[in-house]
Amino acid sequence: MQLMMPNLQPVMPEITMTVLALLVLVADLVIKRKETIGLLSIITAAIVAYFLTTAKGTAFNGMFLSDGYSIFFKLIFLMNLILTVLISVKYLSVERVNFGEYYSLILFSTLGMMVMASAGDLIVLYLGLELMALSTYILAGFLRYDMKSNEAALKYFLLGAFASAFLLYGTALVYGMTGTTDLKEIAGYIALNGLAQNPMLILAMIFVAVAFSFKIAAVPFHMWAPDAYEGAPTSITAYMSVGPKAAGFAVIGRVFLVAFGGMKVEWSAVLIPIAILTMGLGNIVAISQTNIKRMLAYSSIAHAGYALLGIIAGTPDGLASVMVYMLVYAFMNIGAFAVIIMLRSGDFKGDSLSDYEGLAKTHPLAAGLMLVFMFSLTGIPPTAGFMGKFYLFMSAIQAGYTWVVLIAVIFSAISAYFYLRVVMLMYMKEPKETVALSSSPAIGLALAVALVGVLAIGVVPSFFVNFAKAAVAGF
Amino acid sequence: MEQVMTNTMGFPILSSLIFLPVIGAVVLLLLNRTNENLIKWVALLFSVGTFLVSLPLFSTFDKTTHAMQFVERHAWIPSWNINYYLGLDGISILFVLLSTLVAILCVLISWNSVKMKVKEFFISILIVESAMIGVFCSLDFFLFYIFWEAMLIPMYLLIGVWGGPNRVYAAVKFFLYTLVGSVLMLVGIITLYLYAGRTFDILALSKLILPYDMQFWLFWAFFAAFAVKVPMFPVHTWLPDAHTEAPTAGSVILAAILIKMGAYGFLRFSLPMLPEASRAMTPVMIGLSVIAIIYGGVICLAQTDLKRLIAYSSVSHMGFVTLGIFALNVQGMEGGILQMLNHGIVTGGLFLGVGAIYDRTHTRQIADYGGVASVMPVYASIFIVFTLASIGLPATNGFVGEFLILLGGFKASQWAGVLSATGIIIGAGYMLWLYQRVFFMETNQKVAGLSDIGARELAALLPMVVLIFWIGVYPTAFLGFMHESVRHLLERVSDGGVHGVSVAHNVLEILK
Repeated sequence: MQLMMPNLQPVMPEITMTVLALLVLVADLVIKRKETIGLLSIITAAIVAYFLTTAKGTAFNGMFLSDGYSIFFKLIFLMNLILTVLISVKYLSVERVNFGEYYSLILFSTLGMMVMASAGDLIVLYLGLELMALSTYILAGFLRYDMKSNEAALKYFLLGAFASAFLLYGTALVYGMTGTTDLKEIAGYIALNGLAQNPMLILAMIFVAVAFSFKIAAVPFHMWAPDAYEGAPTSITAYMSVGPKAAGFAVIGRVFLVAFGGMKVEWSAVLIPIAILTMGLGNIVAISQTNIKRMLAYSSIAHAGYALLGIIAGTPDGLASVMVYMLVYAFMNIGAFAVIIMLRSGDFKGDSLSDYEGLAKTHPLAAGLMLVFMFSLTGIPPTAGFMGKFYLFMSAIQAGYTWVVLIAVIFSAISAYFYLRVVMLMYMKEPKETVALSSSPAIGLALAVALVGVLAIGVVPSFFVNFAKAAVAGF
Repeated sequence: MEQVMTNTMGFPILSSLIFLPVIGAVVLLLLNRTNENLIKWVALLFSVGTFLVSLPLFSTFDKTTHAMQFVERHAWIPSWNINYYLGLDGISILFVLLSTLVAILCVLISWNSVKMKVKEFFISILIVESAMIGVFCSLDFFLFYIFWEAMLIPMYLLIGVWGGPNRVYAAVKFFLYTLVGSVLMLVGIITLYLYAGRTFDILALSKLILPYDMQFWLFWAFFAAFAVKVPMFPVHTWLPDAHTEAPTAGSVILAAILIKMGAYGFLRFSLPMLPEASRAMTPVMIGLSVIAIIYGGVICLAQTDLKRLIAYSSVSHMGFVTLGIFALNVQGMEGGILQMLNHGIVTGGLFLGVGAIYDRTHTRQIADYGGVASVMPVYASIFIVFTLASIGLPATNGFVGEFLILLGGFKASQWAGVLSATGIIIGAGYMLWLYQRVFFMETNQKVAGLSDIGARELAALLPMVVLIFWIGVYPTAFLGFMHESVRHLLERVSDGGVHGVSVAHNVLEILK
């Protein structure tokens, strides 16, 4: 008997990432300057991105799918990784936690996301999800002498473990009903046997929905998010609010549109209330926050609600709009966090909203950038935030969910209130004390990338929209 | 007949108008913030330059057609079939000219009154200018929406950063009111876009025949955005706060241009795209207009704050505008459009005037004034022109506009005509009383010894005075622009939505 060597081409980016992440871990032992480790991880991301270009195909009998859809998401993850590393370099030394493991953990976590995006099988999906989650738990508690950071990690871990349990339970039920964990085969089995209304399968679908709702911090499974986001190191908050969320949407799109594709009526009945609650609670509770990281945590919850609209639409356009929105969100949110990180210097925390009073006077450039990101998060043209929301709303209306979009736009208008408050504090109040910004070339680069991203997608979205549409075509 | 005419100017004139101020803003951004004089001169240079570029519009516009002129069209977002599509017709052209003029006056009037963040102030003014022009030029609904919303950012900053004591509240209120209206319209726009087979082309959408149910809902979705902007009763409450707290330039932009965009929206979108619903909703719209006219006027009588009084008078005057538009006859509509222009000129002038004296006294309370006429005679004589034009005295522009509107109003509904005529009487009451309290009576301590207005302020006020008499004495110069476009629009409103007539119409078109 001859053993067939499986086609590894589609998995090459992940294999490369694993090898390089391990090398970075080892390099940490010999390299004293931790900034170099940061640079190495950026190079790793670049190499992996290069391998992505030739990685189309499936591997391991369809367990691992490297299609346009997953590649698009993987690019978002890598972008997220690079931007996070750029904003971390200076920040880690300010926080006095300049350890090399930080970077390898980010690499491993990103690897987990990449596996998730490519999962063609519920087991592979679970593997990726756990790798991502376990690395992120540690990162959230990286400020090991800070109680809040410990709390963040513990909360994130406990609730994340629950979510994993839900996912496993759901997977087990699906396997019990259909005899397979392969997404396409599940769909085929459901269609063949007319199981769409089967109560057991609906229960399984709900369990899976609950697990993913934990990951994207959708209401009512969002409770961990504000505490985790507030306590985690700010750079990791930025990272968590983009990466795991985008990964969550990648698997939601895959599982609900492929495996449960025949149960659209059933799962949209679950996801629509979740989306509405998520937008509502996120936007309304954000209004009463006094800590900007907490405020952005609730804002991040709200944005997951908007993005769910694209999934609910369930069309190729809907999926493409979610992908574009995740990209947009990565730029504008990391941009905002980069400004927050710059305010952290010495003993000055800089994460209270009142710390932003008069920033336009003391640091006009930082205030100007924050202004752009805040308006983008609100969704005011000509920023990327508007284009992203427009695409989401358009695909949801096209799929016939006009009433959900009506609710979404109202909440979106409400959100203007708390985003504008940041602008108001920066521009319309007098500064109390002058604080030095802890800026560095790296963070400057990250801000420049985020700004260009926000404005480019805002003014010429065509390229990105076409890219996403083409990526969905092979879904 | 052709829907559009190509641009014969030899250069993309409308794009130049939109992007010149943006270039100016970028130049300002690069200047050193300590060199305030240079910043002001550059801002003035770019606003005057934009105005000069816009002048050929006035002279070369072809008044014999309703077709869009100076048209530019480029693909912008092909994946969504969105075009960068600009053009002007008789309804929009005058507002572009007014916008370019008002921008200059705003720069002039703010020369000395803005003392902090000078650079950001003039950047905001220039960006607002560009967005205003964009709104009136857009022939693509999506592009229109971009300009419409983009204007909120600099306007929010103008009110909130350089405004009066209660500026933050006013700025947030302004932003939220407008945003809620706009996003509801956005849902309507997307619905229309999908129904029409994925096009945002305003001209194509204006030929559609939509089912009545859809027209009905879209009408109210658009209403949410336009009525807030106008502002119509009962969504007018942001206006007194915003106008009052904004810096002079902000009040002028708000009064002269921004609130016109709402009425323009009705003319450009609601009426031609949703003719059947517009006809059906006429009683509601006329009713709201009459309420605004009388209610706005009565509230003016109770005001003790100069700017607040003028702000409420805007509610009343814009009531006339919407009455004229929804009278759905030639007189009413032409009067309405002319009155939009008039109100921009007169109320813009009033705010400029109030700004000039506020710079000297730093109070807006009417009680703090008195006897200004003896201290500042030149200023007083200019202000009386604005006052009388606001009342609508013959030979001023206000008379022409209100007369036409009342004519149209009577045709549409006698009751509406009679009731809104009382608005003019109330208007005379509060404006003359205001003038009396500020300019006559005993000289108040606070105004004694003030210097009369200087050359710069005169330069900001005089263009408005000239326009008041120009339109008042020879309105044809301006009405002539809109005859064809208004006729075309009314044709569409009266026969649009009825399948049979439209088919017959198309047959006739082909035969021609």
